[in-house]
Amino acid sequence: MKRTETTEGQENEGLMIKRIQNGTVIDHIAAGEALNVVKILGITGTTSETLSIATNVPSKQMEKKDIVKLNNRELSKEEVDRIALISPHATINIIRNYKVCEKKGVEIPDLVEGLVKCPNPGCITNTNEPIVSRFYVTEKGLRCAYCDWVIGHDITTYII
Amino acid sequence: MSFEAAIARLGGTSLSVGSVEACSMAKGETLADTIRVVSGYADAIVIRHPKEGAARLAAQFATVPVINAGDGAGQHPSQTLLDLYTIRQSMKLDGINVALVGDLRYGRTAHSLASALSLYGARLHLVSPKGLELPASLKSELVEKGMTISDHDSLQEIIPELDVIYVTRIQRERFPDSASYFNVASSYRITPELLGSARKHAIVLHPLPRVDEIDPRVDVLPHAKYFDQSRNGVPVRMAMLQQVMQ
Repeated sequence: MKRTETTEGQENEGLMIKRIQNGTVIDHIAAGEALNVVKILGITGTTSETLSIATNVPSKQMEKKDIVKLNNRELSKEEVDRIALISPHATINIIRNYKVCEKKGVEIPDLVEGLVKCPNPGCITNTNEPIVSRFYVTEKGLRCAYCDWVIGHDITTYII
Repeated sequence: MSFEAAIARLGGTSLSVGSVEACSMAKGETLADTIRVVSGYADAIVIRHPKEGAARLAAQFATVPVINAGDGAGQHPSQTLLDLYTIRQSMKLDGINVALVGDLRYGRTAHSLASALSLYGARLHLVSPKGLELPASLKSELVEKGMTISDHDSLQEIIPELDVIYVTRIQRERFPDSASYFNVASSYRITPELLGSARKHAIVLHPLPRVDEIDPRVDVLPHAKYFDQSRNGVPVRMAMLQQVMQ
């Protein structure tokens, strides 16, 4: 069996995803949310990134978790924090030359811009105005900075 | 019209762009562009717009003060200031019992007034037809602020407790047919008979225009304060305009 490296850089056997040389590993994603993480990062089938996704991987901390590996792309702080909206316990590993060079948690941002569409059909953001959507992150969910509509759950449904 | 009266009384002049349908926006111009242009023509902008959040967008692009004169089913803060002023002419604002009656879902005057009353420890009694209730998000926000809120099917049961009866228009287009509208609207109508059990000092307010919500026979009762309320719109808006342009 081929020997591969875990996301934390430890040697292990039998992982389905092989290690990456450079890029980002998003670990400890809540089980089942990997595809939404990919969506939140704006990665679609038509973008150029090489990525690997593992879902429902056994985890000591979380019982089950998802993992996303992105080749040759280091996520910015803003991108990382967006992930916190759907998976607040995710960890980010920046990989350079097969080594974990940086490891960080995600922080829930105070404001998200251009990420989700306001569900309120009467909101001014759902017109042809030259603005991007803007939501404040509150305890109850995302609050539209224009019309005050609150997205309390299913945030990924409204990702632009 | 009351904003135009207010600016005239302050010695200023107003430029009206008319309705959204009648101005450059009808040709496809964005609100953002309209606001940028009008910012060069005026010292302040008063905006009423059918979309929620329009005034916030306008403030983002304007280089002069912007006053929200009503945004869709969102807010109507200038109406609220004159509502509070009118109530205060009759009683103290603290701890009063206020019934909001009618279309509380789309009624922006009710939204803004409810939020403002939460600052004064008022108790809210909500009386609205099914489907036109106060938005759940606003209601829970008010409860979190410590407001006591109760829902009622009819005004009859709570009339003796009330200090203020704030009536809003129930719009015909919210109902599938005229019969359903008339059926609902008539059950929320304010009549002299209904007010027979009201407190002596209780007042009836309405942001106007009214249609069938208040029986014209109520107009002559001491409870009827809606025309005073309308008149108060001028000095209150004069004060607002003066404040933002100082």
